[in-house]
Amino acid sequence: MSNERVQLAHGSGGKLSHDLIKDVMWPAFANEILGEMNDGAQLHISGCRLAFSTDSYVVKPLFFPGGDIGKLAVCGTVNDVAMNGALPLYLSAGFVLEEGFPIADLQRIVASMQQSAKEAGVHIVTGDTKVVEKGAVDGIYINTAGIGKIMDGIHISGKNALPGQNIILSGYLGEHSLAVMGERHGLQFPQSVRSDCAPLNGLVEAMLTAVPKVAVLRDPTRGGLATTLNEIALQSGVGIMLEETHIPISSAVQAACDILGFDPLYLANEGKMIVFVEPESTNQVLDIMQQHVYGSEARVIGTVVKEPRGQVGLRTRIGGVRLLDMLVGDQLPRIC
Amino acid sequence: MLSMTNEEVKKAAAFFTKEIEKLASGRSLRLMEVCGTHTVSIFKSGIRQLLPENVELVSGPGCPVCVTPNEYLDTAIAYSRKSDVMITTFGDMLKVPGSSSTLAKEKAQGSDIRIVYSSLEALEIAAKNPDKKVIFLAVGFETTAPTAAAAILMAAEAHLTNFYVLSAHKLVPPALRALLASGKSHVDGFLLPGHVSAIIGLQPYDFLSKEYHIPGVVAGFEPLDILQAVYMLMLQIHDQTARLENQYSRIVPKEGNPSACTILSQVYQQTDAVWRGLGKIPNSGMSIREKYQAFDALLNIPIIVEETKEASHCQCGKVLRGLLKPSACLLFGKACRPEHPIGSCMVSVEGTCAAWYKYGAGRWQV
Repeated sequence: MSNERVQLAHGSGGKLSHDLIKDVMWPAFANEILGEMNDGAQLHISGCRLAFSTDSYVVKPLFFPGGDIGKLAVCGTVNDVAMNGALPLYLSAGFVLEEGFPIADLQRIVASMQQSAKEAGVHIVTGDTKVVEKGAVDGIYINTAGIGKIMDGIHISGKNALPGQNIILSGYLGEHSLAVMGERHGLQFPQSVRSDCAPLNGLVEAMLTAVPKVAVLRDPTRGGLATTLNEIALQSGVGIMLEETHIPISSAVQAACDILGFDPLYLANEGKMIVFVEPESTNQVLDIMQQHVYGSEARVIGTVVKEPRGQVGLRTRIGGVRLLDMLVGDQLPRIC
Repeated sequence: MLSMTNEEVKKAAAFFTKEIEKLASGRSLRLMEVCGTHTVSIFKSGIRQLLPENVELVSGPGCPVCVTPNEYLDTAIAYSRKSDVMITTFGDMLKVPGSSSTLAKEKAQGSDIRIVYSSLEALEIAAKNPDKKVIFLAVGFETTAPTAAAAILMAAEAHLTNFYVLSAHKLVPPALRALLASGKSHVDGFLLPGHVSAIIGLQPYDFLSKEYHIPGVVAGFEPLDILQAVYMLMLQIHDQTARLENQYSRIVPKEGNPSACTILSQVYQQTDAVWRGLGKIPNSGMSIREKYQAFDALLNIPIIVEETKEASHCQCGKVLRGLLKPSACLLFGKACRPEHPIGSCMVSVEGTCAAWYKYGAGRWQV
């Protein structure tokens, strides 16, 4: 790999991203906590269990229907912390600004960050600002890191999937990617195609308080539902079987995907989550999710099976079965 | 078809598959889906599994990226290395291996390469970047060629002097003729491409039944469209007739789209073209007419292109002619995977090998 150069697809969250992490990052940083490969690190410090996560935001354009880079930077990290079964508490915010960037835009972005932080109930408590010469970055990049307290008695991990568990998805897929993409390319999508960007920690807390036995939580961001489920299947050494007709995709998103040649199962979401739960708790979890504003369309989309291990299959609308592979390459760069 | 309930769709699919099995009555039959979009839909919906084992669907040379020869990519790559040139291209082309590099690698090394979703977007980019020579990589069949032709007409009207087209447009019917004329590809029936037919109409396929006595059905892209078209082919095969039929009449008029054809012939003329795997096919390509030569990249921007080399052991040529199943290629799934493609059929999302790999032919067992 040492003779190669970084390509955009290395940042897609799909196979090439995994290769880059495996071949370049992991050999340098390898440790037990990183090896867990969850959405964030789960730390044990003086008897306290903490979740810690970080993410950088390079979305283009900065403002899009349903959100902006600031909202994304807060919600994305809040969600990564929450997916560890934790209550997010504090965030850091690092800004890399391009010389010439309008202060008014920066004000709009930080106001949006503050509003999202307020909704999520977290505080931005430390930060950093750098300015680079014109052309060195594209307007503004933001990094956030977040820390939260893992709820007592909760043990969430991508390794916890077991045959027989149901897989719940919290709502419609693909909206974030298409909203950003539409804004970037000036495509006229129906108004219903808006980013789903939202903090999911409230939904997670309500659910875990009632049903602590939830096995896996994950938000299907880059690489979409298909890639996220493949990661879980690999981590847990199980198979996953989905029912195509149960997966919620709006007709607006499906139509846009058909025209552009995208598969909504691979599109990034910023306000959705996947829950793995035992059959006996499924209805209770569904009830709680459906009562929450960010889970009102929740439904069971598939089950965990024993074989084939590490793979995801999809039963199609006409009754066929096919593999649902991990994303290779990049459907859409700079989506978050 | 969108208005059907899930239950109705399932029921219709079960009806077609049962009838197909009955009509085949145990005979081994090979049906070729010509279009890459059909290939993807077939895999994506799991149609192969529903069909009886003796009815085989083989993919033909209908993925535009896959049939684009190395020499074209080498030319595009050479252009991308010129500092005054900007390449505009459909995203699919980025990863296709040329003789020694790809556009994606050149982009990572600093070449100015932009992904566009239409030729008109390339035109806008040219208008906004007057100091660059903007070359649009015009790849595709009769479906995309009219938009490239329209872009050239608009560029002429706007007196744009920095917009160029590197044309690799190809025509489907001459390729089918070449396939049959070679005598090597045994095909019992053709699923013909719906989108291409929406432009050219039905007449160009007449030779299939008249000269080769092979049935053909123009098919839509929904899973049920394809199953119905296979059923229509099976009815003909069972009756030992060969006709040209149109399953996709809701989109494809018999005469095609005359205004698109007019634009096409206004800008382009038919010419011999090299297809990956099939070699040079008479009258199967499109070159820019003399009147619009100012927009022809090759005629206006001098370039030295490296000597073309083909990847050793790559069997894309055989796959594109329906002579080899991807899984029978020694490289498939091993050295050649979507993230490290060796042949073009593994690159494009519509490529036969990519579809086999992505949708798990031979990998997902139930």
